[in-house]
Amino acid sequence: MRLFATRHPVWAAIIAVAAAILLWMIFAVWPDGLEDVIGRKKVFLNALFNGITLGGLYFLVASGFTLIFGLMRNVNLAHGSLYLLGGYVGYFAAEATGYWLLAFPVAFVVVGFFGILLQVLVFRRMEGEDLRQTLVTIGISIVVADLMLWGFGGDFYNITPPQWLSGPMDTFFVTAVKSSGEPVFMKYPMVRIVIFAASVVVGVAMWLALNKTRIGMMIRAGVDDRDMLSATGARIQIVFVGVFAFGAGLAGIAGVVGGTFQSIAPGEDIRFLLASLVVVIVGGMGSIPGAALGALLIGLAEQFGSVYFPTYAVVLTFLIMVVVLAFRPQGLLGRA
Amino acid sequence: MVAIDSPRTTTTDMRRRIASVPPVYWVLGILLLIIPAFASDFVMFQIMGWTFILGLIALSLMFLGGYGGMVSLAQMAFAGFAGYMVAIFGDSAISGISQGWPWWIVIPLALFLTVIFATAVGWLAVRTEGIYTIMITLAIAAAFFYFTRQNYELFNGFQGFNSVLPPELFGIDWRGPEAFYYLTMFWAVTGFGAVLYVSRAPFGLALQGVRDNPRRMAALGYNVTAHRVAAYAFAAVIAGIGGILLTWQSAQISPGTVGIQSAIDILVIAVIGGLRHPIGAFIGAFIFVLLKTFAVDVLIALGLGGERFQLLIGMGFLIIVFFSPDGLLGLWEKLKASRRRDPLTGGQR
Repeated sequence: MRLFATRHPVWAAIIAVAAAILLWMIFAVWPDGLEDVIGRKKVFLNALFNGITLGGLYFLVASGFTLIFGLMRNVNLAHGSLYLLGGYVGYFAAEATGYWLLAFPVAFVVVGFFGILLQVLVFRRMEGEDLRQTLVTIGISIVVADLMLWGFGGDFYNITPPQWLSGPMDTFFVTAVKSSGEPVFMKYPMVRIVIFAASVVVGVAMWLALNKTRIGMMIRAGVDDRDMLSATGARIQIVFVGVFAFGAGLAGIAGVVGGTFQSIAPGEDIRFLLASLVVVIVGGMGSIPGAALGALLIGLAEQFGSVYFPTYAVVLTFLIMVVVLAFRPQGLLGRA
Repeated sequence: MVAIDSPRTTTTDMRRRIASVPPVYWVLGILLLIIPAFASDFVMFQIMGWTFILGLIALSLMFLGGYGGMVSLAQMAFAGFAGYMVAIFGDSAISGISQGWPWWIVIPLALFLTVIFATAVGWLAVRTEGIYTIMITLAIAAAFFYFTRQNYELFNGFQGFNSVLPPELFGIDWRGPEAFYYLTMFWAVTGFGAVLYVSRAPFGLALQGVRDNPRRMAALGYNVTAHRVAAYAFAAVIAGIGGILLTWQSAQISPGTVGIQSAIDILVIAVIGGLRHPIGAFIGAFIFVLLKTFAVDVLIALGLGGERFQLLIGMGFLIIVFFSPDGLLGLWEKLKASRRRDPLTGGQR
């Protein structure tokens, strides 16, 4: 960070000022003039929180995608289907057992197993053939999407969180001050905060696993030079299968989260595939911190867009992607 | 001397050139010309017309993918853009937006704007390579789809434009089955010829060089980026013509036309046919159209219900790409090669 500040003093200053303004907007009680210009503080804070929590969901989907791509150079365009499958599996697991928490391990295992099948039956047969992998996974996603439509119908499925998670939670952010001088605190859905915290935990755990463990060391070495790693005697195929299963399992978990947050329906697979594509393009392919940054940016852009310019909210996210591509084709945190 | 000699050489030249056209082309050309004599209106308008149109759009993808090595999923967006431009500047039922300009301004303008749009997209997409290109063009196609769906001032949002009709030129109704058949066939053949010609022209050869080894081409002094962007511009003309014809065929254009599903359909068509030769795009389109038209009947006959069409297409696509990355053309080449090989010695016969 200090290196960045000394190298790019102007950018560092701009970022610092922006962060300060943001902090002020979050914590201060807004003067009337500001509320006249951009609306009530409650709306702003809600958009901010929704954006951050949506970013958490995007991170869960995109981190698996970027991990798989970074290590194996496999472009898995069936990733959205894995997400959707996870959502359906989680829904039925939660319905059958009555435990919401049980939906997560079940979705992780089932979708992870599906990922292993993909890796062994498809990707291993066409290693290094990028275009063919892409085409085959597009074909798989078409087939799987139709099979799921066949099996589960076109209805919306909603996974209900348990009692202790439903309902709002009081936060310590002041949204306004009543005429009596009493501050009004913001309320926010408990389940979203818990899920966001969980995705932060997953992200930190992934970072620790990648940077502090032996397997993580092997994965990082594999990202840098796959052939050299296998020449040193590492059993790279097992690492590949493991990473693929983990990445797919993460997509499955994200499906459960998405089913709780929003809902699960046909078409969501393409939406989340596109979201994770944009996230990893913006953040940088194969970089976990990049996926986190990209997910946060895209989540915020989507939410703020839908609040402040509702017509073009979706276009805004693509605009970010275009700008990043034009000035930094490898992504914000990607390596050239 | 030259002046006296030249007519003679041109006739022999012509004769030699005509003789060098493979017999398959003659058969195919005559067949295409006489189809209206015995085919029904439905076959001409719906099946053949649609085949030529989808073939044109897939041809633009084949040109980029096969000769340029850039698989672009944005070709349907370019086609749709051209269709939208014709609807906006020309005539449609949405009189509040459509300008109603004459066709000889509208069509060149639509194609010109499409080329500009595609050049901008291409300039962005060529900053990336291989897989990234697919992802970025997919994202751009999705952005265009969402934009058209949400913009009401220019693109009329979810509804799009209807009653977008071809001009009544020479007193012919160009949406009549025969006229439309010949119209689409003319453009399909022109597009096919243009792609074949460009692939052998210096530009096309340089483009194939860029595909095979961009660094070497750059070292030889070719501007790699410019060649790639120019390929996008050229492909956009073909896609744009296809898009205008598509709009006329269905007499409407709406966000559904440029959706992600249709973008993937174009990729499916190009890949099923094969990216090696321009004819692949039309073979793929023909198969796709046949499937799309008759799959429902086949599925119902099999007792599966008509809505499983997507499954059939997906399975077919999956099987073809799994076993032959070069599509049906690749399978054909393999078959030819295996027939030429001697089964005992393994050598060439």
